[in-house]
Amino acid sequence: MNPAYSVILFTTASGAGYGLLALLGLIGVRAGLPTSLLFACVTLVLALGLITIGLLSSTLHLGRPERAWRALSQWKTSWLSREGVAAVLTYPVALAFGLVWSGLAPYPHAIAALGMLTALFALTTVFTTGKIYATLTTIRAWNQPLTVPVYLFFALASGGALYLAIAALFGKDPDTVAPVAGFALLMLALLKFRYWKAMDEAPRDRTMGNATGLGDTVRQWEVPHTSTNFVQREMGFVVARRHAKRLRSLFFILLAIVGLLELAAIAAPAFALPAALIFLVGAWVERWLFFAEGEHVVTLFYGNPSA
Amino acid sequence: MTALPETTGKKLGLVIDLDTCVGCQACATSCKEWNTQGYSAPMKDRDPRGADIDGPWLNRIHGYEIEPQSGQDSRVVHFPRSCLHCETPACVTVCPTGASYKRAEDGIVLINPDTCIGCKLCSWACPYGAREYDVDHGVMKKCTLCVDRIYNENLEPEDRQPACVKACPTGARHFGDLGDPESAVSQLVLERGGFDLLPEMGYKPTNKYLPPRTKRNTPQPGIEALPKGDGSAMDRLFKLADRLLSGTGN
Amino acid sequence: MSAEPAIALSPKTWDEVKTTTCYMCACRCGIKVYLKDGTVTYIDGNRDHPVNKGVICGKGAAGIKQHYSPGRLSKPLIRVGERGSGEFREIEWEEALATATDWLGTVRKTDPKKLAFFTGRDQSQGLTGWWASQFGTPNYAAHGGFCSVNMAAAGLYTFGGSFWEFGEPDWKYTKYFLLFGVAEDHGSNPIKAGLGKLKKRGAKFVSVNPIKTGYSAIADEWVGVRPGTDGLFVGALIHELLNAGQIDGDYLLRYTNSPWLVIDNPGAADHGLFARDANGETLVWDAHKKTAVSTADHDAARSLMGHFTLPDGRKVATSFQLIAERYLAPENAPDAVTERCGVPADTIRRIAAELAHVAFKEQITLDVPWTDHTGRHHDTMIGRPIAMHAMRGISAHANGFQTCRAIHLLQIMLGTIDVPGGFRYKAPYPRPIPPHVKPTGKPNQIWPNEPLPGPPLGFVTGPEDLLLAEDGTPQRIDKAYSWDAPIAAHGMMHMVITNAAKRDPYGVDVLFMYMANMSWNSAMNIPDTLKYLTAKDQATGDYVIPKIIYSDAYASEMVHYADLILPDTTYLERWDCISLLDRPISEADGPADSIRQPVVEPDRDVRPFQSVLLDLGARLGLPGMTTTEGKPRYPGGYPDYIVNHERTPGIGPLAGFRGVDGSLSGKGAPNPDQLKRYIENGCNWYYELPDEHKYFKHVNKGYLEWATGFGLIGKPEPIIHQLYSEPLQKFRLAAEGHGAIQPPDSHRARIIEAFDPIPFWYPPFEGEMVDETAYPMHAVTQRPMAMYHSWGSQNAWLRQILGRNWLYIAKERALALGIKDGDWVTVTSHHGQIKGQAKLMNGVNPDTVWTWNAIGKRSGTWGLKQDAPEAKKGFLLNHLISELLPKRDGGYRFSNSDPVTGQAAWYDLRVRVEKAADQSAISSPQFPPLKHLGVGR
Ligand SMILES: Nc1nc2c(c(=O)[nH]1)N[C@H]1C(S)=C(S)[C@@H](COP(=O)(O)OP(=O)(O)OC[C@H]3O[C@@H](n4cnc5c(=O)[nH]c(N)nc54)[C@H](O)[C@@H]3O)O[C@H]1N2
Ligand SMILES: Nc1nc2c(c(=O)[nH]1)N[C@H]1C(S)=C(S)[C@@H](COP(=O)(O)OP(=O)(O)OC[C@H]3O[C@@H](n4cnc5c(=O)[nH]c(N)nc54)[C@H](O)[C@@H]3O)O[C@H]1N2
Ligand code: SF4
Ligand code: SF4
Ligand code: SF4
Ligand code: SF4
Ligand code: SF4
Ligand SMILES: [Mo]
Repeated sequence: MNPAYSVILFTTASGAGYGLLALLGLIGVRAGLPTSLLFACVTLVLALGLITIGLLSSTLHLGRPERAWRALSQWKTSWLSREGVAAVLTYPVALAFGLVWSGLAPYPHAIAALGMLTALFALTTVFTTGKIYATLTTIRAWNQPLTVPVYLFFALASGGALYLAIAALFGKDPDTVAPVAGFALLMLALLKFRYWKAMDEAPRDRTMGNATGLGDTVRQWEVPHTSTNFVQREMGFVVARRHAKRLRSLFFILLAIVGLLELAAIAAPAFALPAALIFLVGAWVERWLFFAEGEHVVTLFYGNPSA
Repeated sequence: MTALPETTGKKLGLVIDLDTCVGCQACATSCKEWNTQGYSAPMKDRDPRGADIDGPWLNRIHGYEIEPQSGQDSRVVHFPRSCLHCETPACVTVCPTGASYKRAEDGIVLINPDTCIGCKLCSWACPYGAREYDVDHGVMKKCTLCVDRIYNENLEPEDRQPACVKACPTGARHFGDLGDPESAVSQLVLERGGFDLLPEMGYKPTNKYLPPRTKRNTPQPGIEALPKGDGSAMDRLFKLADRLLSGTGN
Repeated sequence: MSAEPAIALSPKTWDEVKTTTCYMCACRCGIKVYLKDGTVTYIDGNRDHPVNKGVICGKGAAGIKQHYSPGRLSKPLIRVGERGSGEFREIEWEEALATATDWLGTVRKTDPKKLAFFTGRDQSQGLTGWWASQFGTPNYAAHGGFCSVNMAAAGLYTFGGSFWEFGEPDWKYTKYFLLFGVAEDHGSNPIKAGLGKLKKRGAKFVSVNPIKTGYSAIADEWVGVRPGTDGLFVGALIHELLNAGQIDGDYLLRYTNSPWLVIDNPGAADHGLFARDANGETLVWDAHKKTAVSTADHDAARSLMGHFTLPDGRKVATSFQLIAERYLAPENAPDAVTERCGVPADTIRRIAAELAHVAFKEQITLDVPWTDHTGRHHDTMIGRPIAMHAMRGISAHANGFQTCRAIHLLQIMLGTIDVPGGFRYKAPYPRPIPPHVKPTGKPNQIWPNEPLPGPPLGFVTGPEDLLLAEDGTPQRIDKAYSWDAPIAAHGMMHMVITNAAKRDPYGVDVLFMYMANMSWNSAMNIPDTLKYLTAKDQATGDYVIPKIIYSDAYASEMVHYADLILPDTTYLERWDCISLLDRPISEADGPADSIRQPVVEPDRDVRPFQSVLLDLGARLGLPGMTTTEGKPRYPGGYPDYIVNHERTPGIGPLAGFRGVDGSLSGKGAPNPDQLKRYIENGCNWYYELPDEHKYFKHVNKGYLEWATGFGLIGKPEPIIHQLYSEPLQKFRLAAEGHGAIQPPDSHRARIIEAFDPIPFWYPPFEGEMVDETAYPMHAVTQRPMAMYHSWGSQNAWLRQILGRNWLYIAKERALALGIKDGDWVTVTSHHGQIKGQAKLMNGVNPDTVWTWNAIGKRSGTWGLKQDAPEAKKGFLLNHLISELLPKRDGGYRFSNSDPVTGQAAWYDLRVRVEKAADQSAISSPQFPPLKHLGVGR
């Protein structure tokens, strides 16, 4: 699949945003008390800002952005629609939470409940995003049980890294977020490792032979068109195996560095800043790979022997 | 809209004979031509004079080669590919807007150009590459089974068939109701062992492909070999000439 | 679930539909053009048209993009810079016509043959040939000479018809179809429709072709013959059938010259000619009377075989005896040819057996009574359901004439010409063998300000018909009808520029061309052709070809090399006439012709070429085009001519709706409403023959009489197939030293070899003359189904499908040469080198490489951007093909053509393929980009 920057931006930015938002909600649940106005504003604005940037970038990349509202209508069947609904619903919940959590609205007893709801909506949104990909049977790499968990832990880990960095900036005790972020990071590494293993081990049993009905020994002879078309550009992108392997290693190395820095941040919170930055680099690599390694069955018609 | 109809009145679709298709592209260009002014308009091309020309097409003709298998020749197969109007296509269910839908009446899978937001997810969900994005229109395009021809009362009754079927010079393309076991297309599928593309994907394509037939490049039963050269050919010809003389012919 | 959107199921996207005839290729299908507010929106096939019956092809359906192409020319141009520089000035039509009249008038006043008028893919040869003849120049031809004239001639000299568009397989009844060397053909849609029919009926389809794509891909059997060797394969089939006595003796005795007696008198002037009686009648041997009798004696007991002695002592043999002796010789046995032609001997034997089986065990009988030329009544029509067809895989070789004759021999031996299930004539064929039209242009036939006494092109029957100057040198600029190419029935377009630039046999003053991309894809040896077009005379400083007038509709490569451009309309903007006097669109079931009508008005300052030609004719005062008062005879232009011109009284360009009230067909007075009637009839006219006239037309009394009345043939005489060809023998005798008109010594051996009256095989010249170890491979092109020569590339739809080409090579051979899929390779011939990208495949004869024809474009032409893949990745084989053969002993360089007919031998090309040292993704040679001369230049 074509690793278009808009989709990468959307999934990394909004993933981090929702992760952060979920963590803020959880903090609210745990603390049950308002935090400082400034801290609440910065973290919430950052979370919602990231979410909004992501959503905007994907909306603007629609062919007909002005009709984007229509995407909310098919929540009964479409995960993309559900994502839209969840994303939209998350805003008022998060805002309400923000109001009480920041103390702007004096309803401290609502903090826990709204925090819970915010975390739930944020994670649901991430869940639906994961589902969009995980349910696409046309792309084996995505269509596996680990896709959604990876999305979730990805969000939490990136949100965690961000939170730690902001907490460090504010000289705040990261509290339980630190172990959560660490745990998410570990899970992400583990799940992503298993994800890739599953992907590599899955039999590539969809063949050009099945696609064309022409048997095992079929191969492309004449291209249907000498100019490239939408399908080839959108679905025909495949990263070279060797290249992918290197990028995967890079991703794990970056995660390991993030992990070490986050550990170090226990002693010296300032380490949380580079940790977050490096995580974002790692996120970009992973997202890019996620698309680039997503081999679409349609490539079978265009010369790919199996997928 | 995005929900699939439980059943459809008809299952209209195409049957494409891979034993007859010569890869002439008539179905591809007549499809482009009809749709560029019909239901799917505009279907405009970008950079039409330059190196990166590109535009949406709803039908593309591939050329495959089957590598020689033991004792058999290799073979070239021309392979038209368009929307298969699947019975359970994810291209419809993933659509967030309901623009992508399957008609309950006849099973045609269509995109509503007025509500499609051009999110492209349906094209990701289609295993067959049948959906092409129209940059100029900002919406997804696909084969409409010429829904604006097959019922079109402004066309002569015999022209109420898909543009590609009407165009096809070899008659390799057939159109009809695959839900009716008595229809000509269903019979053809039965007779010729018509098959589905990627059946394991579970999309249940309506369109069927007829497989290339076995070559007839080996001795056929009932055809006697000719006598080997034995030096008596001239005699045989003379005898034949004699027989002709006594025949009624002269 | 919400409701489905309501969609308009009956949109009417047009406000008008007009019929006309397609010209995206030469197939000439009937089309319906849908218009909205005067703009073309949709084109589809016309169901009521005899050619395509409703279908359309990939090109035809893309016609809109051709019609609205930015590659169109928009105004007359006159050259102001050097030739090839692209410096032109737009001029008004009046200036253009006055200039042309001036240039042409000067030639006509002095020496009319100094005008060379050549028209490429012309569909109005009825007009253009007549115009040349009225002008008084013999130097006229259309594209036939580089296209497939050897096949046309082989058929016309053998059975009075031909492959090409002169006949077609009996798609309805044939059970076995043998196709030689066809990728697409002129009968584009009819062949596809026919193959579809065969598939439906389960008839067997065998394709003989070095490449297994397109039609060959769907064949039941592919015979991957090595290029240029079909004659061997066919010869071996004939050998097998003769050996087994599997021939249609009745057919041979009755309808062919098989029993005719040939004089056996080696060394004498009558050797190999037909024995004749005192009345000049040819003879057959009556086995009962034991003597020779006239072939007109239909009751004789005709001997098919045998050597005899005539009462006057002359030794004779039947034609068929000689044929049998030739083909039974061991060198024609399958085992002897298999290695050279690349077809396994067992395959040859099996196919021969299948032919015999289908011909004689699966014959079909139609309950249609008919009467043959002798008055014999037949209750039924018996068909041997084997059909054959061939095109450029046969004709683009220097041995194509004889190979094609061998195929006809095979067809005729099996009794399959114009029988149910066989190969059928299309009107105006069959015609006498050869047609009774002689070429004109002998020295005493060319005079200043005088028309020729006849047409420039025709059919020679012996050396006396050649067009030779007093000194025996060629009389025509292309050397057609000279000893270089005696039976050049369609001229030799591919030699014109070379010969004119070399002033061999003489220089011309004006080269006038129409619709032929002679500086690119229809030229052999493009680099030198460009030099010839721009060569200057050292003495005068003027161009050696002083003036070039050209009419094209598009900004082709050729436009740049002309001095005066007459921009033509597109096919949707003009009248045209697809006439029985030209190349037919008839059906085997009856004659047909058609017209084009302008469905839209030109939006540019362009004029239909045919009308321009008539205008020039009138300005020049050409007799046929001016009235006695010196006024234009056809002031209404081409439509006026189509309706009112009469070739001979009652016979005009169109056969339908003749007579003042439109009630006559074939012959009849001009009908002022003729075009209206055609339009009402979907722009075509078709007459279906009655069943009893549909087959055996060459010997069908009823048909022959009808055809005479209709004006297709002169007399209701049978057309007896000439398996043994006497005209060929006449040329051969001359080369052996007999008679007054003799070839130069340099030509004798070649004539003696090639003019064999019995078909035979010889190696294609290029293969024979170049070192086979240095150039081990054959290189050929194929027509892509969705592109028409050079025209298609400007089409925004078609160029997405095929915007560049590759060099296809057999996998095993590529691997042996160290070439991988996608490598850039050089292809080298004795003449030049090109670079292109390789693609590997299985379905190609291992000694053959190939590519799609005419995809490579010169940068900047056709309204394409300079970096278009057509120019940067596309390539042509034409750079590698020399128009002249390597020097022979004595230093003479013959043209790279069939020695009998002058047909260009495009596919004799021998090459070497190597991985290119330079792997950059660009083809070579690259020529400097040309300026855009089309719309909005
Ligand atoms: N779409 C399209 N249609 C066209 C044209 C076009 O440009 N495009 N051009 C028109 C014109 S001008 C012409 S002349 C006709 C020509 O129509 P075709 O005769 O179909 O022309 P080619 O494509 O040259 O096909 C020649 C075939 O012969 C094969 N061949 C080459 N050498 C040999 C040989 O030695 N033996 C045998 N058996 N086969 C051989 C080649 O592989 C190829 O398949 O097509 C006409 N129709
Ligand atoms: N290597 C290789 N070369 C070949 C062949 C091959 O098989 N291989 N085939 C040969 C054969 S058989 C042929 S017939 C020739 C064909 O060669 P050409 O006859 O040169 O064919 P085209 O490329 O079609 O070019 C004809 C010209 O007509 C112009 N034209 C198109 N429509 C119109 C119109 O309506 N009016 C006017 N006035 N002009 C128009 C086009 O713009 C183009 O410049 O090519 C030959 N060249
Ligand atoms: S072929 Fe693709 S676009 Fe068509 S119905 Fe099936 S899944 Fe949908
Ligand atoms: S591109 Fe259009 S039709 Fe496809 S899923 Fe998106 S909204 Fe639906
Ligand atoms: S049915 Fe219509 S839209 Fe579909 S491929 Fe054929 S022509 Fe195109
Ligand atoms: S029109 Fe018919 S023969 Fe031509 S490519 Fe399409 S299906 Fe094949
Ligand atoms: S075969 Fe030729 S004439 Fe017929 S529709 Fe196609 S391009 Fe037009
Ligand atoms: Mo041609």
